Amino acid sequence: MAVPTATADRGLTGRGARTRRGAPGDGTPRRLPGVRTAIIAAVAYIIAIIFLLPYLEMLITAVRPSKELYDRDYLPHHFAWSNLTNMWGATYGILSSVRVSLEIAGGATLLVLLVALPAAYHTSRRRFRGRVAFLLLVLATQMLQPTALIVGIYKEFLSFGLLGVNPVWSLILVNAGFNLAFAIWILNAYIGSIPVELEEAAMVDGHGRLGALFHVTLPLALPGVVTALIFTFISAWNEFISALTLTTSSSDYPLTVRLDSFIGQYTVDWQHLFGASVVATIPVFILFALIEGRVVGGLTAGSVK
Amino acid sequence: MAASTSTQPGPRKRAGLARLGRPLGRPGRSWRLGRFEHLLWIGPALALIAVVVLWPIVAMIQTSFRNITPLGIDIGSAGWSNFSAVLENSNLPGILVRTVVWVAAVVAITMLLSLGLAQLFNQRFPGRRYARWAIIAPWAASVMMTALIFRWMLQPDNGVIYLFLHQLGIVHTFTVSQPDWLGSPDAALACMIAVGVFVSLPFTTYVLLAGLQSIPGELYEAGKVDGASRWYAYRHITLPLLRPAFAVATVINLMNVFNSFPIIWEMTRGGPGYETATSTVFMYDLKGTFVGQAAAMSIVNFTLVVVIVLIFLRVNRWNREEAY
Repeated sequence: MAVPTATADRGLTGRGARTRRGAPGDGTPRRLPGVRTAIIAAVAYIIAIIFLLPYLEMLITAVRPSKELYDRDYLPHHFAWSNLTNMWGATYGILSSVRVSLEIAGGATLLVLLVALPAAYHTSRRRFRGRVAFLLLVLATQMLQPTALIVGIYKEFLSFGLLGVNPVWSLILVNAGFNLAFAIWILNAYIGSIPVELEEAAMVDGHGRLGALFHVTLPLALPGVVTALIFTFISAWNEFISALTLTTSSSDYPLTVRLDSFIGQYTVDWQHLFGASVVATIPVFILFALIEGRVVGGLTAGSVK
Repeated sequence: MAASTSTQPGPRKRAGLARLGRPLGRPGRSWRLGRFEHLLWIGPALALIAVVVLWPIVAMIQTSFRNITPLGIDIGSAGWSNFSAVLENSNLPGILVRTVVWVAAVVAITMLLSLGLAQLFNQRFPGRRYARWAIIAPWAASVMMTALIFRWMLQPDNGVIYLFLHQLGIVHTFTVSQPDWLGSPDAALACMIAVGVFVSLPFTTYVLLAGLQSIPGELYEAGKVDGASRWYAYRHITLPLLRPAFAVATVINLMNVFNSFPIIWEMTRGGPGYETATSTVFMYDLKGTFVGQAAAMSIVNFTLVVVIVLIFLRVNRWNREEAY
C-alpha cells in the first residue's frame, strides 16, 4: 500500500540536493548544486509554471476591465479588482451557488464519514463471512462513475424530485455514494496499520470497544480520515454531470452548473464566469495540497489488491 | 451476507482479532448480537451503495426497454427497439471512431508524458515540493472550469494561445482571417485531446511517482557496480518494476477518459452536429430527447469500456510473458 511511501517521501523533499560538495582538497572547496541538478530544477520549474498558466489566465481575465476584455494582450492596462466584489449581486446568483455547493459538498462529506468509518473499521478488524464480497462490491462501485450511470440516476431521482425532495439531498447522496469506495479503502489501510494491541490495552484500561475506537484508533488514523474527508469534499465541490442533470431551477444550481449557465447564453459574461471560477478553485488548491501525498494510495489501493 | 458463524475469525492467525471480536469478559452478549452485528457496521454503506449505484443500474436497464416520449411519458414496452435505433443511428460509426481516437490518444500521450514527468519529479532538487504542488493544479480544479479556461484561451479573436503562436510565427493569419480551431471538427478534437491530457497528467504522474519510490535503491547500486549505464538501468530495472503502477494508471485512465464529459461539453457541446461528440457525449445528448435510447446507449458504452479494458489487460499480459 502506498501510504507509508508518501510520508517517507515528505522527509526527503527539498533536502539533499544542496549537500553535495566537492571532496576536500580537490580544488573545488564548495561546489554549488551541480549543473545537472540546476538543469533538472530549471526544467521542473518551467513545467510547473506551464501547469499553472491556465489558472493564472483565469485570474487575469477575472480582473480585466470590461473595455479591455477582448484586447489582444496578455495583461490588461489596469486591473479591475472591483469585478471580484461586484459579482456577488443577486443577478449573477454566484452567492447562492456557493451556498448550494457548500451544502452539497459538506453534506456528502459528513455522510461519507458516517457511513465509511464503521464499514472500514469493521472490515479492517474483523473477519466474517461476506467481508470479501462486501469489499469487492465497494471496488466495483469505484470502477463506476456517475457519468456511466447518469440515465439511471436521472430516472431514480426524477421520481424523488416528483415527491418534492430538494435536489440538494439527491446530490448529497450521489456524491457520497461515488466517493464511498475511496474513503473505505484509505480508512481501511490506515486502521489496518494500527496495532490491535493498542485498542486492547485501552479496553483493558476500562474503555469499551467504541471508547477504544474513539480514543485510540481514530486519533492515530487521523491522516487517513482527513484525506478521505478532503478528497470527498473536493470531488463533490467539483462534480458536474449529476448536478447538471438533477438541478432544474436556477436557485438550486451549485457553482459548476452556474458557470455552465453563464456559457449557454448568447453572450458570455467571461469576467464573472472566471471570477466565480477563481473563488471556486483557490480553496480547492489549498485543500488538495494538504493531502496530495496520500491520495494515490486510496485511488489505486482497490485495484492493486 | 453478514452471517452467523463468524465471531470466530477463521484461521487463528491473530489471537488479538478474536479477542476484539467479543467484548472482553462478556461472551454472552456478543453471541446474541453476532448475527446482526456485522450488518450494523457495514449496513449503512450497503444501503448507500444500493440507493446510489444498484438502483440506478436497475432503473437504467428497465428504461432501455421502455418507450418514453420526449415529454417523459412512458407509453409501453419498446422491446429491443431502443437498442436498434441507437445502433442504426447514422451518426454512430463516426462517433465510435472518434471515441476510440479520443481514448487512445489521450491515454497514450498521458502515459508517455507522465513517465517523463515522474522521472523528473523523482529527482532531488531544491524546491521540489513546490514544483510538485504546482503540477497538481489541474487535478484539484474542476475539469469543467479547466475546459472553460481553455475555450477562452482559444477564442478566435483574442485567445492568448493564438496570440502566443502568432508571436512565435506559427499562426500567420491571426489578424486577417482568425483561425477558429474549436469551430472545425478535427482541430477541435485535437485541442480537446490536449486538454484531456493536461487534466490527466497529475494523477498519472503521481501514481508513477509512487511506483518509482517503491523501487529499492539497492537495485541501482547493484547495477552501478555491474557497470550499467543510466539508460540501461532505466530500461532493465525501472521500467519492469514500474509495470504494475503503469498498468493500474492506464486502466484507471482508460475508464476516466472514456467517461469524460465536461471537456467536450464545455468546449464544443459535441457539435457541430455530432462531429466532435464521443459516445459518452452522444449518450448525454440523447437523454434530452429519447431517454430510452440514452439508456440503451449507456449499456452499449458500458460494454465498450469493459471490452477496452479487457483488451488492454490482455495486451499487457502478452507483453509481460514476452518480457520473461
